[in-house]
Amino acid sequence: MSELPKQAERPEPLAVYFVLGIVLGIIFIKSEVASWFRIQEMFRFQAVHMYGVIGGAVGVGALGVALLKRLGVRTIRGEPIAFPDATERRPGIRHAAGGTIFGLGWGLLGACPGPIYALAGSGLAVMLVALLAAVAGAWVYGLLRPSLPH
Amino acid sequence: MLELLRQPWPWYVAGPLIGLVVPFVFWYGSRKWGVSQSLQHLCAATLPRKIEYFRYDWRKDGSWNLAMVGGVVVGGFVGGRILSSPDDVVAISEATRTDLTRLGVTDFSGMVSSDLFSFEELLTPTGFVLIVVGGFLVGFGARYANGCTSGHAISGLATLQPSSLLAVMGFFAGGLVSVHFLLPLLF
Repeated sequence: MSELPKQAERPEPLAVYFVLGIVLGIIFIKSEVASWFRIQEMFRFQAVHMYGVIGGAVGVGALGVALLKRLGVRTIRGEPIAFPDATERRPGIRHAAGGTIFGLGWGLLGACPGPIYALAGSGLAVMLVALLAAVAGAWVYGLLRPSLPH
Repeated sequence: MLELLRQPWPWYVAGPLIGLVVPFVFWYGSRKWGVSQSLQHLCAATLPRKIEYFRYDWRKDGSWNLAMVGGVVVGGFVGGRILSSPDDVVAISEATRTDLTRLGVTDFSGMVSSDLFSFEELLTPTGFVLIVVGGFLVGFGARYANGCTSGHAISGLATLQPSSLLAVMGFFAGGLVSVHFLLPLLF
């Protein structure tokens, strides 16, 4: 029932993901995508900044994924890469409803999950409360999941 | 070099750098990049109860993700404390500044306004809604939608998934309602 990507067989070197996280945390702060002010600006369409960050990420990400596919690149362990399958690609109620609920929260808190972690790390301790609230939200979703339309 | 890194990073540097993460984690471990699944792993690790959504081997499926978000916390410290900007004011547009001033925001320093995000504000209705209700909706919505900004808006759109496009439209629908209709009611 887990909807997570298929896992590799052998344990992964977690240090690489940890370092990747450090780099991401620095980017979230230094590019100000973790700023409540920037999210307010984005939802008011008053600057290109956030659209530039997200658009630039999508463009480079898409180019990279297309190259991996075109060249038939395998993972570092020589296994085939599991790209999202048909089930994951199909739009459903969950994407519209869940997405809208997420957006309502994003507009209020001004931080999506990555920036919540980064802000907490930057010393903004009140963001630990936001993180706890987000974990509670995920838990309640898990509880209500059987009765929600997907 | 250090002085350069301490300046705010422009979008055309930050965006492409974030984008590189998507092919990197596919290549490195056949992982689809997304931050909000960490919330599911945290629940599974601490309070799974008998809830099916949390009953899986989180060590096997989620360790990579939890290691990453642990790194993000440390990166937040490095970015916010060691590489902190000399000028601590986010350079938002004049129009945004005017709008927020009209709402009642007075402190424009830091990543978030201290008028709204502090432990004292947490006890006011406005602060509670922004921090606690906002955080709850972010966590609930991200898991319901099966992804957040990273999983849908970036990884999902980069892999051309129709489901992610729908989710991102939802993100904006919800965000616009919050910013234009809910926030004015809260001040």
